[in-house]
Parts: sequence; C-alpha cells; structure tokens
Amino acid sequence: MAYDWLKGIEDHYDIVVIGSGLGGLTGANVLAKCGHKVLLLEHHYQLGGLATWFTRKGGHIFDISLHGFPIGMIKSVRKYWSQNIADSIVQLKGVRFINPQFSIDTTFDREDFTRQLVEKFKVAAGTVERFFTDLRAMNFYDSNPETTGQMFARYFPGRDDVQRLLMEPIAYANGSTLDDPAITFGIVFSNFMSKGVYTFQGGSDMLIRKMAAELKKNGVEVRKHVVVEKILTEDHAGRKRVAGVVANGRAIRCDTVLSNSNIKNTVLRLAGEESFSPEFVAQAKAVRVNSSSCQVYLGIRKGETLPHIGDLVFTSEEPVFSSEKLVDLHTTSRTFSMYYPDTRPGSDRYTVVVSINAKYEDWNAMTPEQYAAEKERLIEESIAALERHIPDVRAKIEWREAATPRTIEYYTRHWAGTSFGTKFEGLKVSMDLPAQLPGLYHAGSVGIIMSGWLGTINYGVIVANQIDKALAAKKRAAVPASA
Amino acid sequence: MTKEDCKKLVIDIISDIAPDEDLTAIKPEVKLRDQLQLDSMDFLDIVMELRKRHGIEVPEADYSHLASLESCAEYLTPKFAAKA
Repeated sequence: MAYDWLKGIEDHYDIVVIGSGLGGLTGANVLAKCGHKVLLLEHHYQLGGLATWFTRKGGHIFDISLHGFPIGMIKSVRKYWSQNIADSIVQLKGVRFINPQFSIDTTFDREDFTRQLVEKFKVAAGTVERFFTDLRAMNFYDSNPETTGQMFARYFPGRDDVQRLLMEPIAYANGSTLDDPAITFGIVFSNFMSKGVYTFQGGSDMLIRKMAAELKKNGVEVRKHVVVEKILTEDHAGRKRVAGVVANGRAIRCDTVLSNSNIKNTVLRLAGEESFSPEFVAQAKAVRVNSSSCQVYLGIRKGETLPHIGDLVFTSEEPVFSSEKLVDLHTTSRTFSMYYPDTRPGSDRYTVVVSINAKYEDWNAMTPEQYAAEKERLIEESIAALERHIPDVRAKIEWREAATPRTIEYYTRHWAGTSFGTKFEGLKVSMDLPAQLPGLYHAGSVGIIMSGWLGTINYGVIVANQIDKALAAKKRAAVPASA
Repeated sequence: MTKEDCKKLVIDIISDIAPDEDLTAIKPEVKLRDQLQLDSMDFLDIVMELRKRHGIEVPEADYSHLASLESCAEYLTPKFAAKA
C-alpha cells in the first residue's frame, strides 16, 4: 500500500494553504503567528514552488529562479520570517548587458543607471531625473492607459537602445512586455533601482530549509507529496461557502482556503465553474497568463573554476529589443545566472543557470522526438553563447540539462506552464475571490505589483491579513455576548 | 485609557515593525510616513498588530486615520475604551 502522506493530520483546520510558493509559505507563516491552525499542502516532494532547487550526481546544485530581487526583500523577510533569514540576503554587484547595441557593467541601481544613461547613452540628465522621479511616483490606483512602450517613447523617443536597457531585465523578472500597462514595468523597475539586485547567500535550499524550520516552530502542519484535487463547498444560509478540500483522495475540513496555485487553476479547476456565477467564470477565463521560460543548467566539474564574468549577464544577439522576439522559440536572448563558490559559503563549486523566455504553446505542440531535439538545441546554443565569454567552458561542463515550459507545468501545475503568473486583469479576479466564494482566498503572481519575488511575499501577507480579519470576526461572533 | 497611553501602544507596535528607526523624537502631529521609513506594508502590519494584540479592527476605509500619532490616538482611544 502506498505511504499515507497525510498520516496523523487533524480533521479540521482554520486554514488550508494550497501550494508552497513564496506567497503560500509566507501567508501560512503569518497566519500561524496570528494564532490560527494552518495546514500547508504541496504536491511536489520539495517546498518553494518556483523558488526551488534540484541536485544532480557529481555534487551539482541548481537554483531554479531566485536569481535576483530588490532590496525591499530584506525588510519583508525580516518582518514575515526572521532576522536570521534576512541576514543571508546579499547584493549581486555584477550585472552585465552584452548585445549588438551596447555592452555595459552596472550595479543596477538609480545612481549607476543615471551615470550610464548620461555618460554612455548621452541622454540629458534632466530627462533621466524626470523619468526616475515620475516612475517612483507611479501609483497602482491611478488608472493610466499608457503602455510601457508608449512611456519609453515619451521620455526617450527613437532610443531603441535605452528601451532595451530598461526593459530587458524586467521582462526576465516579471514577464511583462512593451504592450502591458506602464505600471507593470514601473513598480518592479523602481524597486530594483532603489538599491540594486539581491540574492540569498546559501542558495534556495538553505532558504527553504530555514523557512520550513520557521513554519514548524510557529505550528504550521506542512505536508508534501499531497495533491489538492478539489475545494469543497457547502450551502450556508442560501450561499455557497468553502467547507474544505479533497487532497490525495481524502476530505479535510477547514474554514478558509488560501490558494497559492495559479488563479486560473484556483477558479476553474480547484473550486470549479459550478462554485461561481457565470460572469465571474467568464472573467477568470478571460485572464491572460504570462509567458513561460526555458532554462539550461550547466554543472561545472569539481576542481574546475570559472573566471568572474558577472553575476547576472543579460545577453542577446537580436539587433534591437522586441517583446515578441524575446519569447520566440529561436530567440538568441539569454540571461546567465552565474553561481560562484561564494553563493554557498564553504562550497568550491560553480554552476551556470541560463534563463530563456518562452511560449508554452511552442513547446506543448512538439512530438516527443522534436521535444528531445529542441532541448538539445537549447543546451548547445547556450553553451556556444557562454563560450563567447568563457572560451574553454565546454570542457569543464560535467552536467547539462534543460527545462522547458512543460517542465514548469509538471512541477508547479501552473496554468499553461506560466512562470510569471498572469497579466494585469488577474489581480481583480484574485482580489474578488472571497466575495464570490466566501472562505476562498488567493495569493500568487497576478500582474503588476503582485509579481516578482517581493510582490509575491507581500501579497501573501496582504491576503493573510484579510483571512485573519475574517476569522477574528467569526471568533468574536461565536463568543456569546456577556450580560 | 488616555490618548497618551494609546500613543505609547502604537509606538510599541512601530518599534517592532521598524526596529532601526529612532522613535524617541516623533512629532505627534506630523505624518508618520514623513518622519519614518514606513511604507504601505508597514501600515498593514500596524493594522494586523492592533488586531492581534488588542482585538481592535481598523476597516480599510479608516486606514487614513493612522497617518500621524495624533490621528491614531484620536481614532483609536475610543476603540480601546469600548473594549474595556
């Protein structure tokens, strides 16, 4: 008989959290610290969602995606996790761009970008200052129809090169395009520009281990290998509300569900169309998911070393930046995340993770033979591109492997294998959820400020506050009024 | 509870949310945001802590009352009194 991954759990929880991305983990931790009984369920054998890692024979450890985030993460991690975890956040100072239009090294902050834009790109200092100041003042509540592309044309008309410098890194950070509302660019870019790019020293494995220990300390029941199949509802005073979940074939009762699954999965698969009004279902169906990613993982043989060529290296052979070209099956745009031994103090190992934006449809349509051949092409092209910066790298590579949008779909169950959540309109569906089906909440990447690593942690807290408020009101109502 | 007691409770909360800030010289009438490095998440944390520590609920529509120490005291003191 198969092992019972739910062995020993209780019959009822205040909150069941579906999924252990950084939003789900953080929401679970905050709610447990508020005194609620929390059960966190993750289908994979490892926590973290996309904030995860894997190991391979030969001592290779590959970090999937926590390659860079803004300084605001230090404060959020300190407040919602611990000082100890926040202390492991360090700056990545070597950000490089190499493409046919320019080649620069930068610390990726406002001061250095201003210097580069003025000295190298010859943009008037006043324009740069105005751009940064206006961007900083952008407010999520202002409904401005301007797209990122239109905004660039307003400040930097005819400057394809400036547009590339500003847009390319953010496209890798949150999947936004030149056609998305300007705020999808503005908030994430401003967050980075405040002090540069940061990462966790010790790697994703150490981070997630520390977070798991914190969850345990705060009383969260964490179970892996558990697939939530369905969110259960019951009629209550003529209205449907959340009653529990079915997980690994077993019903678990709860007052509230916090879904860290993709918003479309949450509405259309987990709760199901029957739980909502036809109008809300139509809204959820109309939400566009963002693009996905491919990655190539290169493990360097023990004993070999690599020269320092930067921490995050944005490379492309495209003549100019284009959002369409960036996700094309044959794109030449790649970001190299270079892992030197100091990533994991005490280690002597080097690894390279190559990120390439991609479209799920392209990869999902392939036959098994095409799929294998295209993955091999991806690996070959990535090594060839890296050889331009490290000529003798090929002989040092011991492990090579590729992931595609199908890999992301398999490990995260995200709708259409998206690696950046949804477009702008997903936020409204996410925020309206508890009004549509009382007891159901969602925290995940849904456009603009709620995307990117900092956004996802903070959104987990925002939703945890709503749940805590609802549960506190319920507990108050349950206490009989004193005479 | 007096307004001064109320201010002290709010400062206790802020000192946990923003441990690096010097809270000894806060001007009660000046917006907290203009004297301290507080962002919208920090204000959400104040709301959560008021609920956790004191069972006080601040509806979203009333968040603006938390702008300064003085407006906090004005708004929260009657709520504390109602709990007593």
